[in-house]
Amino acid sequence: MSHHIVEVKDLRHTYPDGTAALNGVSFRIHHGEAVAVIGANGAGKSTLLLHLNGYLVPTGGEVRIGDFPLTRETLPEVRRTVGMVFQDPDDQLFMPTVFDDVAFGPLNLGLPPHEVERRVMDSLMRVGAEHLREKPPHRLSGGEKKRVAIATVLAMSPDILVMDEPTTGLDPFARRQLIGLLKEFRHTRIFTSHDLDMVLELCERVIVLREGVVVADGPAREIFRNEELLAACRLERPLSMQGCPVCGNTARQSEDITRKRKEAMDE
Amino acid sequence: MASIEGALLDFKRLDRLAAGEMAIHRLDPRAKVLATLVFIITVVSFGKYELTPLFPFFLFPVVTVAAGDLPAGYIVRKIALLCPFALVVGMFNPIFDREVLVHLGPFGVTGGWISFASIVVRSILTVGSALALVGVTGFSAVCSALERMGMPQTFAVQLLFLYRYIFVLTEEGARTARARELRAFGKRGKGMGSYGPLVGHLLLRTWERAERVHRAMLSRGFDGRFHVRRPFRFGVVETLFTLGWSAFFVFCRLVNVPDLLGSLVTEVFR
Repeated sequence: MSHHIVEVKDLRHTYPDGTAALNGVSFRIHHGEAVAVIGANGAGKSTLLLHLNGYLVPTGGEVRIGDFPLTRETLPEVRRTVGMVFQDPDDQLFMPTVFDDVAFGPLNLGLPPHEVERRVMDSLMRVGAEHLREKPPHRLSGGEKKRVAIATVLAMSPDILVMDEPTTGLDPFARRQLIGLLKEFRHTRIFTSHDLDMVLELCERVIVLREGVVVADGPAREIFRNEELLAACRLERPLSMQGCPVCGNTARQSEDITRKRKEAMDE
Repeated sequence: MASIEGALLDFKRLDRLAAGEMAIHRLDPRAKVLATLVFIITVVSFGKYELTPLFPFFLFPVVTVAAGDLPAGYIVRKIALLCPFALVVGMFNPIFDREVLVHLGPFGVTGGWISFASIVVRSILTVGSALALVGVTGFSAVCSALERMGMPQTFAVQLLFLYRYIFVLTEEGARTARARELRAFGKRGKGMGSYGPLVGHLLLRTWERAERVHRAMLSRGFDGRFHVRRPFRFGVVETLFTLGWSAFFVFCRLVNVPDLLGSLVTEVFR
């Protein structure tokens, strides 16, 4: 299914105040891939994400989602295909109850009431939040808000999931829960994050941005071993790939342990 | 800043009460909104020297609070919070209107005092009934009821957004104010000089948030129209509720019930 492909060609964006946020970004993400876009603050990650569902219009270059170039005509279809989960769930949950909020997208798609109902319940069940359906969003905890925000997007049955900093502000348990959930998804997934351990667990591929250009694009493990590159981009190795200060394991040993744990979990 | 946060928590409580499962909670919100509307209109329509005929009207908020199992003390405290406004509005009546209207034994009560009391009683009644309405219905249900009854959708949506984000914004404001307080030692740093930028900053942040919310709406296919799903049912119970209360209010408006009762009692004991 070519629907799930995201292609960006020589994307450029300059904000009205003259800040050049993207200076020619190109990549192609395939069906079912999980890719992390990482980089320092202000490297252009958020600007890039906002192009993927047409909220920002490129100053130059092109974005293609599936078979469509992103234009004014294809915008509604692209917005259904690309489900965007924002960093702050308070921005995403604006309806009076969780149910209303999850139903917002499907109702805008013009689906009949029973189908809306089915989709809402399915997506809430998917994220384990069906018991929250009549609650107002402002009474949910951070982790619950995040999961409901993901449900609001799932209800539109997108092919591609885009998430901005999914694990920020979550407690370790909620973070672990979220990572488990995201692992189960078969969508094409694009994340931005500073939580590099999460990136290592979820993504095979990493795209590194610096000052609006792609400076590296490749397998996560390879990129995280490149100390020079990481330092130049204000990044560092994920903790699970660093030596252990307590038990004295070397970086290599820690990495082996993580890999074994990951393999055990995948089985 | 504890007070702002405390008030916020208190406000959330009203919202939680609306999740109750009493019979009055289950009524179609339109019935409750209509009855409250008729109530407020009749209460407000009394002349400025009319005080006694207002008292039967206390029945409505009291019954609503009782039927909805709302904590009465809490509602009374909320009403007391708004009373200063009514006091300010009526403050000058006793000073300017000195004509004696009623004699209570040796005391002459001036028109000013009567109209002052009337203003206070009326605000207690209207505020009380509005709070009781929200307490047994919930704010969002009140909004959708108003919309179903013909209020333009734009207003309904505005109200809903206001309600949704009032919590987020107050929390943000309270955090900012706390940050200022913690670094303002004594009086220095607490004057207008820092208050201006603080409010300006809050405005900008609100603006940015509005933009992000709009973005989230667009990415879920928002096209300017809001679709509602809740099917309302205005049945026999709702009709009876609305008509019954409205008839009572109109009756109390036309007939001075305390006066009537008074003359009945004096008649009996003559």
